[in-house]
Amino acid sequence: MSKQNIVIIDYKAGNVQSVKYALERLGVYAKVSNCEETIRQADKVIFPGVGEAAWAMKKLKETGLDQLIPQLKQPVLGICLGMQLMCTSSEEGDTKGLGLFPVKTLKFPAEDKVPHMGWNQIRQQKAELFNGIKENSFVYFVHSYYVPLNEHTTSETHYIRSFSASLQKANFYACQFHPEKSGDIGQEILNNFIKL
Amino acid sequence: MLAKRIIPCLDIKDGRTVKGINFVDLKDAGDPVELAKAYAEQGADELIFLDITATHEKRKTLLELVEKVAQVLNIPFTVGGGISSCEDVAQILKAGADKIAINSSAVRRPELITELANRFGSQCVVLAVDARETEDAWEVYLNGGRIPTGIKLFDWLKEAERRGAGEILFTSMNHDGTKNGFANKALAEISEMLSIPLIASGGAGNMQHFADAFAKGKADAALAASVFHYKEIEIPKLKNYLKSESIPVRL
Repeated sequence: MSKQNIVIIDYKAGNVQSVKYALERLGVYAKVSNCEETIRQADKVIFPGVGEAAWAMKKLKETGLDQLIPQLKQPVLGICLGMQLMCTSSEEGDTKGLGLFPVKTLKFPAEDKVPHMGWNQIRQQKAELFNGIKENSFVYFVHSYYVPLNEHTTSETHYIRSFSASLQKANFYACQFHPEKSGDIGQEILNNFIKL
Repeated sequence: MLAKRIIPCLDIKDGRTVKGINFVDLKDAGDPVELAKAYAEQGADELIFLDITATHEKRKTLLELVEKVAQVLNIPFTVGGGISSCEDVAQILKAGADKIAINSSAVRRPELITELANRFGSQCVVLAVDARETEDAWEVYLNGGRIPTGIKLFDWLKEAERRGAGEILFTSMNHDGTKNGFANKALAEISEMLSIPLIASGGAGNMQHFADAFAKGKADAALAASVFHYKEIEIPKLKNYLKSESIPVRL
């Protein structure tokens, strides 16, 4: 078992349990917490999110986590809505985000079915999170809003248009897909995060 | 490219899978956890568990099962059967399910769709519907296709989408169990009418039927039970076949 101290941020807007189980399958028992001190002391922090942006942001503010997260120095991994909230703003509920990535989250145009739901391929992977992951590997997505390609994009996916499947800037990592639900590929990506 | 999904469906009663299941390599073929793992390893894209007990006193068994499945499964899964309130859904999602499916309870009280979408997000609300085609129209049925409602299928699906359903699971009672193929004409109409993903169900008998459900029926995913349980169709073979038919799949 890994002795790493990994904390999953619990702000009542995330599918915390599946991330916790995915880490357990990799031999890591993560803590689930919204306590500032516990999060600060973690070796790594995971910031999941499922649901609606404005509501999730409200929950973060209620607990002061909106102030804490940008100050963190250890590797932080935002997942799905977690990634979108790390951006400047989201068109969903006209929500101001944490501003860690200088880009806006936009709504998919209604040119195809929305949400973008299911397994899609990632390409142009960069950075350590994708060590050993082949070009065009399939990962699982469920989302109605997307982060456009930008200078911090570390992998991209195409649905309606090409957008950021993942981002990285300094110690902040993020993926739009759900590594915890993306089969063996997802487990490997999570393992790469653990190994950072 | 977004892949078309293959979804095995497991019927659960008192925490065990029902219908004979012919997985010789499993220690316990009635154990849903073992089966879920086996299907994930074979390349299933998602799983659906339908609790056919669904009595109040058995709910605890279901929640324990959901938790055990979530611990071992690294692909998404949906739980349906007997769900009629936000509280039911909160418990199932907390136990680790990714989505829930509602059917009869939504027909009886359509507001349920709105309530669930607002509280948990559309992405986890699957509206399942059983329907039968008569001479003049498709009609919605309740209780696994036993009780006609007089509700027109297409009207109901439009309302479900408007209320915030994130996905539709459509079972044709005319096709279910026949092994003669999915209801492709109706599927295509529904898929074009709605802007949310559509899962085809009922009628799978051979690999060609799946290809037709995607190419002719324009479905986003296809569900089957017995052809997978009895190994009449093996998922890796099916996916390779679909790929050879130019249908995007995850291999």
